Amino acid sequence: MSGLPLASVPDPVLELRNVSFMRSGKVLLDHGNLMLTQQGRTIIIGPNGAGKSLLMRLAHGLLEPSSGTIVCRHNGSGTPRQAMVFQRPVLLRRSSLANVTHALALRGVPRRIRRNQAEQALARFGLTHLAQRPARILSGGEQQRLALARAWALEPDILFLDEPSSALDPAATKAVEDAVNVFFRKGTKIVMTTHDLGQARRLADEVVFMCCGRILERTPAATFFDTPTTVAAAAFLRGELVLAPWESPTPLTTNG
Amino acid sequence: MNSHDPFTLALSLILSGDPGLFGIIQLSLQVSLSAVLVASLIGLPLGAAIALFRFPGRGLVITLLNALMGLPPVVAGLLVYLSLSRAGPLGQFGLLFTPTAMVIAQTLLVLPIIAALTRQAIEDLWEEYREQLQSMGSGRVRAIPTLLWDARITLTTAVLAGFGRASAEVGAVLIVGGNIEGVTRVMTTAIALETSKGDLPLALALGLVLLALVAAVNAVAYLLGQASRRHMQ
Amino acid sequence: MRCFRRLPSIAALILLVAATSAQVTADTTFITLASTTSTDQSGLFRHLTPKFTERTGIEVRVVAVGTGQAFAIGRRGDADALLVHHRAGEDEFVAAGYGTERRDVMYNDFVLVGPRSDPAGVTGTQSIQDALARIAESESAFASRGDDSGTHRKELQLWAMADIAPAGRWYRQLGSGMGPTLNTAAAMDAYVLTDRGTWLSFGNRQNLIIVFEGDESLFNPYGSIPLNPERFEWVKADLAQQWHEWLVGEEGQAAIAEYHIDGEPLFFPMNTGAPSRVE
Repeated sequence: MSGLPLASVPDPVLELRNVSFMRSGKVLLDHGNLMLTQQGRTIIIGPNGAGKSLLMRLAHGLLEPSSGTIVCRHNGSGTPRQAMVFQRPVLLRRSSLANVTHALALRGVPRRIRRNQAEQALARFGLTHLAQRPARILSGGEQQRLALARAWALEPDILFLDEPSSALDPAATKAVEDAVNVFFRKGTKIVMTTHDLGQARRLADEVVFMCCGRILERTPAATFFDTPTTVAAAAFLRGELVLAPWESPTPLTTNG
Repeated sequence: MNSHDPFTLALSLILSGDPGLFGIIQLSLQVSLSAVLVASLIGLPLGAAIALFRFPGRGLVITLLNALMGLPPVVAGLLVYLSLSRAGPLGQFGLLFTPTAMVIAQTLLVLPIIAALTRQAIEDLWEEYREQLQSMGSGRVRAIPTLLWDARITLTTAVLAGFGRASAEVGAVLIVGGNIEGVTRVMTTAIALETSKGDLPLALALGLVLLALVAAVNAVAYLLGQASRRHMQ
Repeated sequence: MRCFRRLPSIAALILLVAATSAQVTADTTFITLASTTSTDQSGLFRHLTPKFTERTGIEVRVVAVGTGQAFAIGRRGDADALLVHHRAGEDEFVAAGYGTERRDVMYNDFVLVGPRSDPAGVTGTQSIQDALARIAESESAFASRGDDSGTHRKELQLWAMADIAPAGRWYRQLGSGMGPTLNTAAAMDAYVLTDRGTWLSFGNRQNLIIVFEGDESLFNPYGSIPLNPERFEWVKADLAQQWHEWLVGEEGQAAIAEYHIDGEPLFFPMNTGAPSRVE
């Protein structure tokens, strides 16, 4: 665990203030507050239905919050560039190379340098030999690597990953984790959900724990896995089923 | 022309290289392909736009578009006739009884097919692509060309369906073209004419030639589709 | 985004290309003639118009429709001249100011065709009224055009002259042109009134033969009407007038007279007397 000092950087890159999200009368995210800094790999964990994917989509701007504000800042002023890798890669019905150049075109990269940049991105993730292959006949692992290469080409300041390896075998999972670290070493902020605790341990610098539509804690990884702040997180780490407060008499937040 | 075997007759018609027949074939292709081209240029982006945008009356527009797929050619012809007639709103262009009028009438017939089928195909694809494209900063308008290209195989079928309708219809071109020999006579109006003259074998032979023609266009499209299929799943 | 702002202009460009491709042929001087399917299908125009074009350089584009529709095209000013066969309608058309004048061009005659077995016993009757009466009495199948064409109008006039209001299952209104009506009549062994020209060039006769002909009331005159440029400023009045005059002049009349199918003349110029079989 290459943990970084977290509290020492005061400048947030992404901040959620009192963000709630409702859909057909149900509160799916309840007054979430979260401050993420540029450094480190933030791993969001929690039981199914906790709102992990929802939180990422709100932060990435794919969904509008029902209330509250989301602030993105980069180096104090500019808007950070973002990219997202989904659980199931969505690839266009084109060649691998064209998938990357299309993303560059959307970003406004001039046509004459797109190809070069795209090829570099493919090479970075060992996909050069598949450049002309139709993207949608690649294997699941190759597809996810291509999605990562596409994100890489976009040179994001923040990379969101929504359970990027949950459908992959161990080898492909390793490739994804390696790729995540490639981004990390380049200084990209990593925000990733996973339901694989082992993966969380391998990658996390800090952990955001969610349950039942609430952000329960944000804790440095070293501390979290040994002494989580909340009862729910402790139960989750023990492998117990964590029930919503209205389903269980146990309080979520006070550590007993 | 008194051979009673339409197949032999069709073959001998083609082999004879009759300039009249080739003029008719050429005009048929020119009119129907132009109509399909114009209808595609309007219908593909229009169908995609309807798929992607939510606006009041959208359901009505979709229902109308689907209903117009069944617009009787005679009605389309009549509408175009009344518009292009000298006494009509577009009369000053003098387009009635010209191939242009036929292109306009067939465009009217083909447009709903292409737009409606495009709407369906793009809506399905958008469902799949929406988050990824949004994530990459693509707005809905910018997504239209991306989606149209990625749905190209389905859309080829839509365009071919439009071509099939255009090349098969007789009601519209008869009214707005007038079936003038050497000017606006196309395969279907020639077939109708020979039928009414009681030369049924010749009519059927012409029908076989038309069928072969449409099959050839579809074959070309199929081969292009196969070539393009290499770039998708 | 850029390519979508360009779309309307691309569409306009393509329409323009299509239009100019149409104009390639439009460069030649031409008039549009609204005429009847019977005249066109007899092959007369293919014989007649090249001679006129050779003489004047004016191409004649024939839109062949029913007489009723030809009048409708004329009333909207969508042709330059008419060549039709319904005398009363023609006079009315000119009187209403749609056309400049109406001149006799040619005539042929109507014939009654029916199945060879002649179930109504029409053969040998003395008049068309008689013939129609026998069909009505025996309720033998009769196929009517039912399309407000010149032939249909003629047929209704003949029933009226015979004091018969045709109705019933045996009287079938088809609402089709002459050719389709003949096809249907041949298929169901029905009697049908047709102009001789269409009958002579009709290829799908099956059991049908001429069962009655030669009555004076079966006379079928064709009239030429140029459209009135005072009413329709766009009509090519000069060219239409040249056509009109050529048609009724010596050369046009000779050309009409020399048109034969299988040795039989189809139309008779107005100046050379009655057709041999109508006396």
